[in-house]
Amino acid sequence: MVEGFRPADLQEALEFMAKHPSIPIAGGTDLMIQKARGFGLKPDFNKPLLFIGHLRELRQISVRNGNIHIGASVLLNELIKNDKIPEALKMAVRQMASPPSRNLATIGGNICNASPAGDTLPYLYAADAFLVLKSSQAERKIPVGKFITGPGKTTLKSDELLTEIIIPDKVFSANYYKKVGTRKGMSLSKASFTGLADIESEKITDIRIAFGSVAPTIVRSREIEASIIGKPVSEIKNAVPEIVKKFAPLIRPIDDARSSAEYRKQVSLRLLENFLMKLT
Amino acid sequence: MKIEFILNDKKRVIQVDPASRLLDILRDDFELTSVKEGCGEGECGACVVLMDGKAVNSCLIPAGLIEGRHIVTMEGFRKTERYKVIEESFLKAGSVQCGFCTPGIVMSTESLLRENPLPSEEEIKEALSGNLCRCTGYNMIFEGIKLAAERGKGLW
Repeated sequence: MVEGFRPADLQEALEFMAKHPSIPIAGGTDLMIQKARGFGLKPDFNKPLLFIGHLRELRQISVRNGNIHIGASVLLNELIKNDKIPEALKMAVRQMASPPSRNLATIGGNICNASPAGDTLPYLYAADAFLVLKSSQAERKIPVGKFITGPGKTTLKSDELLTEIIIPDKVFSANYYKKVGTRKGMSLSKASFTGLADIESEKITDIRIAFGSVAPTIVRSREIEASIIGKPVSEIKNAVPEIVKKFAPLIRPIDDARSSAEYRKQVSLRLLENFLMKLT
Repeated sequence: MKIEFILNDKKRVIQVDPASRLLDILRDDFELTSVKEGCGEGECGACVVLMDGKAVNSCLIPAGLIEGRHIVTMEGFRKTERYKVIEESFLKAGSVQCGFCTPGIVMSTESLLRENPLPSEEEIKEALSGNLCRCTGYNMIFEGIKLAAERGKGLW
């Protein structure tokens, strides 16, 4: 039997982690399946479980100094219902899993699971989100792209918890999200795409483009984005083939049970095309 | 791990492995067999129960997470007026065939109507998107839920 610990507050949780190697568990929707052993059997965890889903410090959503702060244990269904959450993030979350799973799953869990198909990730990369990582001794703040290093891999240390997600509170005039799955409910992404843009006086003043499920981590290129910024909207149509060509080498999907590499690549580049054409 | 929670309106204290699935605790320790194991990975909705009034997949919930929470299964829910309306409506609309998915669907229906007493067809489909049924083709289930919302006006 593994041990379980329910801390009274965040400080107690961090102190526990400093002393005991443990598995933090907020919603459990990914972990319970990864460790599952089969029908009627309890999952196989090899370290004490540290329950953090109930911690008040991790369950807040607030706007401070131009940033939206989301606690890591906020549930996916709570994100959908909160008016402080940007529409582009809600568009992604509404298509995740199903209502009963979204009543358990947390945003912090989706990030720490670090799946290439994690559906909150394209938006968080596009929005320049930062993550707050705390241990009993220290706190660090890093961009989400520096946190996730590969499929299932992050720079989280064994005594650290992801406590907060910080998103600059910026409203974009164009918010685009598409998820390609086998069906609408309960499907894992074959490919996903977030596009954000700002248009002022008929010119692109800001653009963010992020692809999910097509490489070991989310694909975003500030270089290509910079080459689009400043273009008049009227020139976008002619520039589309060039932009698609620039992104093509970055889209490096794999063949797996859900889809083929070729399909993923084609559909991702067409979503890019569709997003760009919608700006014109 | 010692866990205290409310199950179908009764306070319960159990000594349990914190990783045990709520699904197994309900079926094996409390013999609440309305809760079914279908896929065991949160995709089919046969194990849906209410936690603090909201539909959740009991196969995904480790025991340590239910401390202080209110869990309701169909065995507890069937004593309510709202259950009777859902039952009658499901019978009238032919929403039940083999019945394996039905307890999960009833709990998802209760969760939906608590939040949204007069849902649109789209909202019903969305709320039921985590419950699989291999018999009915879903149309009769959606009909049953619409009927329950109409007949049970004021109950939710």
